[in-house]
Amino acid sequence: MTRGLIPLLLLATLLLALLSLSTGPVALSPLQGLKALLLGGDGPLPVILRAIRLPRTLLAVMIGGSLGLSGAALQGYLRNPLAEPGVIGISGAAALGAVLAIQTGLAALFALALPLAALGGALIAVLVLLGMSGRRAGSLTLILSGIAISALTGAATSLVLNLSPNPFATSEIVFWMMGSLADRSMSHVWLAAPFMALGLILFLPVGRGLEALTLGEDAAASLGIALPALRLRIVLGTACMVGAGTAVAGSIGFVGLVVPHLLRPLVGARPGRLLWASMLGGAVMVLAADVAVRLILPDRDLKLGVLTALIGAPFFLHLVWATRRERA
Amino acid sequence: MPVSAATARLSRRPVLSRVRLSLLALLLATPVLAADPAPRRVVSMNLCTDQLAMLLAAPGQLVSVSRLAADPRSSAMAQQARSYPQNHGQAEEIWQMRPDLVIAGSYTARATVTLLKRLGVPVLQVQPARSLSDVDKLLRQVGDALGRTAQADTLIADFDTRLAALRAEVRRRPRAAIYQANGYSSGDATLAGEILEAAGFDNVAGPGGGTFLPLEKLVMADPEVLITSVPYPGASRAEEILHHPVVRDIRARSHTTTVLDHDWICGTPHVLEAIAALAETRKALE
Repeated sequence: MTRGLIPLLLLATLLLALLSLSTGPVALSPLQGLKALLLGGDGPLPVILRAIRLPRTLLAVMIGGSLGLSGAALQGYLRNPLAEPGVIGISGAAALGAVLAIQTGLAALFALALPLAALGGALIAVLVLLGMSGRRAGSLTLILSGIAISALTGAATSLVLNLSPNPFATSEIVFWMMGSLADRSMSHVWLAAPFMALGLILFLPVGRGLEALTLGEDAAASLGIALPALRLRIVLGTACMVGAGTAVAGSIGFVGLVVPHLLRPLVGARPGRLLWASMLGGAVMVLAADVAVRLILPDRDLKLGVLTALIGAPFFLHLVWATRRERA
Repeated sequence: MPVSAATARLSRRPVLSRVRLSLLALLLATPVLAADPAPRRVVSMNLCTDQLAMLLAAPGQLVSVSRLAADPRSSAMAQQARSYPQNHGQAEEIWQMRPDLVIAGSYTARATVTLLKRLGVPVLQVQPARSLSDVDKLLRQVGDALGRTAQADTLIADFDTRLAALRAEVRRRPRAAIYQANGYSSGDATLAGEILEAAGFDNVAGPGGGTFLPLEKLVMADPEVLITSVPYPGASRAEEILHHPVVRDIRARSHTTTVLDHDWICGTPHVLEAIAALAETRKALE
């Protein structure tokens, strides 16, 4: 099972991406869709595929992958299965950064201000969380700090949007809290891609460190792992990935929680392998959720976070129960 | 027909004729008046009733209009509205104006309306217009409530004449779509849909009322003319869809600068200006 896992997840990602390209208000067979996407041609179909469905599918893969990867990395570093960017407020802080960039007009001034501001918000949240909970994060401290950060950033986001002179801004609180990939364009893909690539590069070598860390900090240090460098990579990598994703699609919760949890037994509980399996698993989960929101309510923009929370929150409760039993 | 001139005529009617009309209204409405005299202090608290009341009221009869009435983005009569004290639709401030009639929309400020009614203030609730024929009905309804039946008759006759003149022969009906924030569009059975129809366009949103038109469906329908809303200040994701490359392409191809502005919003004779502007767009396509 362990060996076949990565190819299996790759195959699932590919199939779901195809399904995502074939799902939408305009009925198309996957074959028709692929033809219009790859060969182009006249008429409206290539526009629908290339300008509407392709960015949506790409973003689902990119954002799902980032959330799965950063969730697995945070859990490995903090050695705590409850760590997840959405649950502990990193996504919320990124959303606040993005909202500030949009409402102050900074994002209109230069496009990169949007992902940069979201990245800044995420970075502050990660630093506060790590500062509050220390290296070996106790669940209680981590979750309580996360609740506080979520509440604070959520309130600040609502305040900023309520103060906006734009009458539509207030209704966008839901978007920032729940996330959606509806009607994104390729410009959003290009906005997020460089930061996600940077995050990926930062995460590339952390697997070995995380594996060593399972033996304890002293043992890891004696194995030649530089813990401050590992910590820096995880902080920056998470901020890059979650920041860029949230800036273009709002906060999508629980992906980084559910995916590593489901895949952990399949990789022999090795945090290094879990990173890459979780990245693919995250892509699979967000792709599936994004296809589902289009099938459940085709004409309305059902938020992605609604689905991921419906699946994720019970998982979270289950995990809380399990950690409680361990402690007892 | 120069619509703006006609509207100016409507709204800046000489005082003398207003007085004469109000006298006429008094005479005509005498039997009712005995029991129910025309209100003397009228407060309107809805953008659309504000404009109807400004068109219909006798001098001095209208005491206050809502804040939105003075906002040129939403109101076709922003200039006139500035000469009235504004209200913000709050029961307390309206009560202080001691109105003997409050005119409100039927779906807005329900809590305020309930409170005012409980305080014994007569409130007229006016349905929003869903069609061009509703314009006549609204003029009649508000005109009657103000005791200005004759003024309403004049406005209705004028509106009907000008509307008939605008509904010219059309050789070809180009496809048009209304596309607003969040991808909101209007079907045939809406005021905006009827404005499109009267100006000689086929509405790609099809029959029915207000509806969300997915971006993909918009691309498939390939409208020749795309009418978008005027963006509000500040930014919103809802309006970001109007800058989506797909929408920008359609808009660039449609050779029109027509936007869904204050003339489209309310069922008043000002919709004629929206129709006239749109008819010009259609002629340019021929």
